[in-house]
Amino acid sequence: MLRRLLAIAGKEVRQLKRDRLTFGMIVGVPLLQILLFGYAIDLDVRNVSAAVADHANTSLSRQLVASTEASQVVRITRSAAGPEELEALLDAGEIDVGIYIPHDFERRVMDADRPAGQLLINGSDPTVESIARRLTQMPLPGRAQPPPLFEARTYYNPERRSPVNIVPALIGVILHLTMVLFTAIAIVRERERGNLELLITTPVTSSELMLGKIIPYVIIGLIQVTLILWVSQWLFDVPVRGHVLDLYLASAFFILAALALGLTVSTLAKTQFQAIQLTVFTFLPSILLSGFMFPFEGMPRVAQWIGEAIPLTHFVRLSRGILVRGAELGELHAEIWPMLVFFTVFMIVATLRFSKRLD
Amino acid sequence: MSDSIAIDAKGLTKRFGSLTAVDDLHLQIPEAAIYGFLGPNGSGKSTAIRMLCGLLTPTAGEVEVLGFRVKGQAEELKRHIGYMTQKFSLYEDLTVEENLRFLAAVYGLPRRDLKQRIDGALEEYWLTEQRKQFAGTMSGGQKQRLALAGATLHRPRLLILDEPTSAVDPQSRRDFWDILFALVEHGTTVLVSTHYMDEAERCHNLAILDRGRLVAEGRPRDLIRNINAGVVEIETASPRAARDCLEATDGVQSVAQLGTRLHALTDKAVEDPAGLIRRALEKAHIDSEVDSVTANLEDVFVAATRLNRHGGRETHAA
Ligand SMILES: Nc1ncnc2c1ncn2[C@@H]1O[C@H](COP(=O)(O)OP(=O)(O)OP(=O)(O)O)[C@@H](O)[C@H]1O
Ligand SMILES: [Mg+2]
Repeated sequence: MLRRLLAIAGKEVRQLKRDRLTFGMIVGVPLLQILLFGYAIDLDVRNVSAAVADHANTSLSRQLVASTEASQVVRITRSAAGPEELEALLDAGEIDVGIYIPHDFERRVMDADRPAGQLLINGSDPTVESIARRLTQMPLPGRAQPPPLFEARTYYNPERRSPVNIVPALIGVILHLTMVLFTAIAIVRERERGNLELLITTPVTSSELMLGKIIPYVIIGLIQVTLILWVSQWLFDVPVRGHVLDLYLASAFFILAALALGLTVSTLAKTQFQAIQLTVFTFLPSILLSGFMFPFEGMPRVAQWIGEAIPLTHFVRLSRGILVRGAELGELHAEIWPMLVFFTVFMIVATLRFSKRLD
Repeated sequence: MSDSIAIDAKGLTKRFGSLTAVDDLHLQIPEAAIYGFLGPNGSGKSTAIRMLCGLLTPTAGEVEVLGFRVKGQAEELKRHIGYMTQKFSLYEDLTVEENLRFLAAVYGLPRRDLKQRIDGALEEYWLTEQRKQFAGTMSGGQKQRLALAGATLHRPRLLILDEPTSAVDPQSRRDFWDILFALVEHGTTVLVSTHYMDEAERCHNLAILDRGRLVAEGRPRDLIRNINAGVVEIETASPRAARDCLEATDGVQSVAQLGTRLHALTDKAVEDPAGLIRRALEKAHIDSEVDSVTANLEDVFVAATRLNRHGGRETHAA
């Protein structure tokens, strides 16, 4: 029993080592995703290009321009003669924000009821718009500020850096994608290449085959976790506030759930292409409903129910808890058993669906 | 006597939708002999073999293989069968040795003499030099020898080979058959499917399949002796015309080209087959040399499959 299991696992590892594409994906997918989400999909937009038309040209107005630029939200690329030129530049797409300071600027500043200047904003890009609107809240030297109603304090991620939020969940997303894909292909490939006809005439049992196919990928998944943690610490200073071991355990449970899903896909698909299609099909709801993309609390009730059935939901909670809040796995055990149930159910489905027959 | 029956199939039938791939097959395959399935493409050889291995569930019928009921005891049976698939089914991205080691582990062969056994197999099948070569990069003949080495590694009592020599040159084919005869001498039962007459001739027993039906069965020699037709060989410069002429002649079952000659099969009732043919050709002014000859296996094959096509046996809807 154990020997056959190991024979299959060993064979799988050998084949994997020789399959450059898959091997590349083990490393490539995590790296690509983490760089993508870490850099490109940085939710803090910076350096929006802007132009200034300063009609006041006093020390206070120059101070305003300087501190606007110092905020790094906008980068002032040119100056304009007046509001008309700012509009023209906006139309031409050369700038996204125009800053107009009227000649009675100093007087307006003293008057709390009137805005001191004007921002011309390119509203066609919603992120630019929302970012630029933050400029309207900028404190101005000398102007009396009305006290804010609440004081907001952000915990755990006070700098509000998005990698800190995204990376813990991203671990799950990457694992889901690669783990489901690898196992989804695993059995279909044997069928497509004709190996299955031989394999099922041997005394190998369905469960040996299924478990043997899973074992190598659990280890590969944990290697991916290591890689992601290492890169995200090195590039983005993502903290590990809890125990790393807790995170590995949580990952192992999640990996098992993903692999069981992949095996089930593999018994459903007839070709490798179908297996890939089905994988994408399982991937979308996971990404959308797990709280990775949208806050779980804001989703409709039904979507939340579905979300609770998705392993990624629980893993996102676990890894955010462990990495960002420094929680212990023991406190989060409520998130573990849904993954175990998921694993058990899909393992049984896959084993039952895989009969040692061709028809 | 029942001890010496390796495979006992009764009414074995397999339908795929409306197609009946194997139709009411009755077989008694004796132990320690080579039994051949001869049949054209799509005649149901592979399908029958897969049912005998327990890979396909029969639509109807009962099979007992090596004393195991295939329905229900397929898993126990699998330890005693070696199966060589029609398409190469070992792992192309593993080396020869890795493939054999994998099979050894899967069949649970004792670890003690594992190395010895694998070395022995490599030697026996002339694969020692290819030991570290990836299976996918080997030639057709080498792949075939590897597949056979894999199928015999666990010393099965029954060896089932589905068109094992389709990608192999004649010399390798002869070598291959020498190995089969050696295995049979040690008591292995061999079931082999083929398209080749020379291979079919070497089988101890032969079943001719056509469109899923068993159309003839017996020892090749008996099949030839009992052919249900007269055989006439015709040598002519205009074979096309001769063929058209003879196919329109009463009493001629079929005409087939064998090399440079034609073989005509005549009804058993025709008393002087050569005379009949000669007269017909003279009448059509076709120069030819005509002789009665003893049948060969190909004539048997043609006669048997022709009979099936023209409904020589009554078709019974199952
Ligand atoms: N899984 C299947 N589904 C549908 N039809 C099938 C299936 N397998 C075989 N057939 C059909 O059954 C018939 C018999 O096929 P089979 O493969 O047994 O023939 P064969 O004698 O082995 O032919 P060949 O010499 O070409 O290998 C063919 O018409 C084939 O198309
Ligand atoms: Mg076939």
